Amino acid sequence: MLTVENLSVSFVTRMGTTQAVDDVSFNVKSGEITAIIGESGSGKSVACYSLLGLVPQPPGRIDSGRALFEGTDLLQLGESDLRKIRGRDIAMVFQDPMTCLNPYMTIGKQLMEPLRLHGKVSHADARHRALELLQEVGIRDPGSTFDNFPHQFSGGMRQRVMVAMALINEPKLLIADEPTTALDVTIQAQILKLLAELQQRRNIGIIFISHDLSVVADIADQIVVMEQGRVVEHGNREAIFENASHPYTRKLLSAIPTGANPHTVEGGDTLIRVQNLHTWFTENRETVKAVDDVSFEIRRGEVLGLVGESGSGKSTIGRSILRLVPVTSGTVSFDGTNLTALSRSAMTSMRQRMQIIFQDPFASLNPRMTIFDTLAEPLLLHGIENRRSVAQAVLQLMDKVGLARQFARKYPHEFSGGQRQRIAIGRALATRPEFVVADEPVSALDVTIQAQILELLHELGREEGLTMLFISHDLAVVRQVADRIIVLHEGKIVEQAQAETLFQQPQESYTQQLLKSIPGRSIRT
Amino acid sequence: MWRFVGIRLLQAIPVILAVITVTFFLVRVAPGGPFDGEKAVVPEVKAALEAQYRLDLPLWQQYTAYLGDLAQGDLGPSFKYPGRSVNELIASGLPITAELGFYALLIAVLIGGLAGVIASLKPNTAQDYIPMSAAMIGICMPSFLLGPILLLVFGIYLEWLPVSGWGDLPGDKILPAITLGSTYAAYVARLSRAGMLEVLSQDYIRTARAKGLPEWQVVVRHALRGGMMPVVAFLGPAFAGVLSGSFVVETIFGIPGLGRFYVQAAFNRDYTMILGTTVFLSTLIVLFNLLSDILAAWMNPRLRQQFSKG
Amino acid sequence: MHSESALTELQQAEPGSSLWRDAWQRLRQNKLAVFGLCLLTLFIVIALLTPWIAPYDYASQNLDLGASPPSAAHWLGTDVFGRDLLTQIMYGGRVSLAVGFIATSVALLIGVTWGAIAGFVGGRVDAVMMRMVDILYALPFMIFIVLLMVVFGRNLLLLFLAIGAVEWLTMARIMRGQVQTLRQQEFVEAAVSIGLSPGTIIRRHLVPNALGPIIVYTTLTIPSVMLLEAFLSFLGLGIQPPQTSWGLLISYGAETMEEYPWLLLFPGLALTLTLFSLNFLGDGLRDALDVRSARD
Repeated sequence: MLTVENLSVSFVTRMGTTQAVDDVSFNVKSGEITAIIGESGSGKSVACYSLLGLVPQPPGRIDSGRALFEGTDLLQLGESDLRKIRGRDIAMVFQDPMTCLNPYMTIGKQLMEPLRLHGKVSHADARHRALELLQEVGIRDPGSTFDNFPHQFSGGMRQRVMVAMALINEPKLLIADEPTTALDVTIQAQILKLLAELQQRRNIGIIFISHDLSVVADIADQIVVMEQGRVVEHGNREAIFENASHPYTRKLLSAIPTGANPHTVEGGDTLIRVQNLHTWFTENRETVKAVDDVSFEIRRGEVLGLVGESGSGKSTIGRSILRLVPVTSGTVSFDGTNLTALSRSAMTSMRQRMQIIFQDPFASLNPRMTIFDTLAEPLLLHGIENRRSVAQAVLQLMDKVGLARQFARKYPHEFSGGQRQRIAIGRALATRPEFVVADEPVSALDVTIQAQILELLHELGREEGLTMLFISHDLAVVRQVADRIIVLHEGKIVEQAQAETLFQQPQESYTQQLLKSIPGRSIRT
Repeated sequence: MWRFVGIRLLQAIPVILAVITVTFFLVRVAPGGPFDGEKAVVPEVKAALEAQYRLDLPLWQQYTAYLGDLAQGDLGPSFKYPGRSVNELIASGLPITAELGFYALLIAVLIGGLAGVIASLKPNTAQDYIPMSAAMIGICMPSFLLGPILLLVFGIYLEWLPVSGWGDLPGDKILPAITLGSTYAAYVARLSRAGMLEVLSQDYIRTARAKGLPEWQVVVRHALRGGMMPVVAFLGPAFAGVLSGSFVVETIFGIPGLGRFYVQAAFNRDYTMILGTTVFLSTLIVLFNLLSDILAAWMNPRLRQQFSKG
Repeated sequence: MHSESALTELQQAEPGSSLWRDAWQRLRQNKLAVFGLCLLTLFIVIALLTPWIAPYDYASQNLDLGASPPSAAHWLGTDVFGRDLLTQIMYGGRVSLAVGFIATSVALLIGVTWGAIAGFVGGRVDAVMMRMVDILYALPFMIFIVLLMVVFGRNLLLLFLAIGAVEWLTMARIMRGQVQTLRQQEFVEAAVSIGLSPGTIIRRHLVPNALGPIIVYTTLTIPSVMLLEAFLSFLGLGIQPPQTSWGLLISYGAETMEEYPWLLLFPGLALTLTLFSLNFLGDGLRDALDVRSARD
């Protein structure tokens, strides 16, 4: 149905020319899902957007190639001919449903828009068709929500609306650009199921763009792997998952977290005891019970995984333990000391024993401080090193987290995401803390980098005998690193157990649902 | 929504009251009595005058009496124009100033908005640079400089348009309206350009393009509303600016509006006139700010709904 | 390894490029901004040196000469009293620029302190402080300033204070917004978790990162303050003779523009060029420092 041959796209700016897509060829058959996989900067989105003229030119420039869609070369079409194809024959679903719907227009109007644009359809017919489709994508009672605005829907529901909007003109090809990346796992599973079902029922072709092989493992027919603008490998699902030949594909495959933590530890005495912790916030005069009566213990030397979807309160628990947010009630004790009752100065000296690593390595480093200053700050503050000896200590710290020494005087923006996360880890471990909260430390990183950072954390943790609270939304990642796991839902603990026990015999239905939602089950077992 | 309007109206009351109070006492503590300038006023006459303007009462009684008058819509008599009340002066000047201000705001929103939108569609090209350079000139060319220059060029050298008056000769409204509106047109152009650029970079614009909408429909149906939000929020300040700008423009073009009265009153030290006009204009500005807030909230579905739910 | 050799190694490490340096590079490529900066510097230098470099004495009149167009003796001509216009403009510039910079400093001082406290303390204190700003915002300040000038006479100090008092509100809002955003940034949380004191956090982590928008807004506030002064002086409510300012010179020029247009044009040009410079520089700084919507 769609054959792309030798597509090259570059971006021309004052800074120079970058080749975003380099001689890319692939084809899409109707009735099949073709997955295009690549990390950030691989050119996977640009390749697809350029087919529909959605890459702004300039700075974009299509250098060469053909894209035959039912016999027409899309790249030769003018803007007005392309417009007739967009939204009618080829439709798109994007990543973030929170931002992809117009906040000023009702769902109904937005849904009917492509229908009325591309065909002579009366308002009543369009409405009827839109309601039917909303029903089909799983919106309950579409009649009463038809005139609602996007903000009145949850993220998952909005993505369903996006899917309905894409399908309303019965396109032959659907391009889905990371359609589940911004969603919680359980919602992701629902949307993946929905897409697979719709594709079967309507016999359409789907291009599924993703950074994550495991997401497409269960649904893709064909897989195209891209790296730095080039296709490095393509083939059907079995060929890729079982007989990948290109080293990059193998690297991607090995980066998928699979299996359990190979060396779980029992943990020693109790280092941290959280009792009846409540952390409530007031937002717009409404009380949000982010953490609602939670009690648990962390034993010395163990890695405790804290798993939950967005809004489960998992990050707030980590911050409450470190007193980064005010606790409403309850106690947190660390090595027998009640932290919630400590004075600020007493807490300050405790802080060198407990640290935190954040999710976003772009936000967690002060953009105006050099790496050296960032790493030296905790050492000098707690008097671990003096002005003379600190240089040596910082350089050694950089060795430890795998940063080249000659980068010491550089600033955060001169580093990649993975390198920044190494800096953040270095800062957290500088004072040789006993306890570290790792708050989604790898979820902002590309998959191959994820694996490296997890490896680093694991090694350093074992070396230093670190106790860790590992917070994540990704069960597969937690399974790989944690000794024990706590499942959270809406501020409360649902279940806690030894890691493997939880995975093999989940007791609560919510845990079972979460486990079922982990994508790529066909490749993990 | 009505709840929101109600809350904002209630919030406006103390502000207006504060304006009245501050203005009243500022004017009363001003050095020099209102009749000090008159030569050798007979004591009896002075006493009679003071009684007429209630200056013989203790200050707080003057204040409460003034509030009482205001409640009945009476802004008091003029010191300098005996027999005329502030109400009458405002009534004669207001329609003119209102008309002038309306034209100025119209120029600001229409021309400024259009220029901003046009510029935002092709950023960093001639289509952007030309209107934005014009806007920069508008911002750096204040009305008290632009007015005389326009007057000199079009009124005196070219003799295309009348140099003064309001509604006396055909075309005499053109120069004042342009003079007063240009600065705000320039601000609106910059605001709408920035607003449109912001919105045009949003994901939902990409969605609209992916639907196959022609570019003008993308702009008109999807981008314009969000892109104009900063302009709507600016309407309140712009109104205040136009009102105070009318002081200058009406003086330059000899227009018998409220602004010129105010400036004259200031020079004549006509305290009741200053007091009355300040209270009146301030109330107008506070109310217009309120209106622009309400409009902005109404245009935002999230806010509109939040308040309709109560 | 000794600490000395570590120091040497550190000193030999490739220096990074700080955000400030990057911004400076970007600013230098913006021709209009550089032009603005140069012109502004020139005007400031002239203003500072005026008493020594002015071609004529400020007060000296030549009633016989009267108003004369530009000539070799008087480059920009003379006014109706035969005073050298260039000299007048130079002295007027001192006042206009001084009002611009001093009133902006007043606004900067009050606004930044107010906004930083509200943003950092947060909670009820923040709510009360910002509510006050909201209320003051709703007041028709322009009219109040006119009123103040009428009531208390044309007092330069009062003018500084009055203008500063208006402009600090926006400054406070911007600063508070900055502090609030920054406070939620993870690097500030990281600083807290390290154990830094609030003072150090403000000094080392908040202020350097909030500086960009403040610099941009300050640069854009100066021209609007200068406009305000000129506006008042034009109405006769600002600067009073024997002092002069560009606004006052424009006002005189407008009165006699039919006969002596240069008396309007040259002071107007001086004011407009300065405003251009400041606005170009402000826009350039905004782009260079990547500040979004400091004012528009």
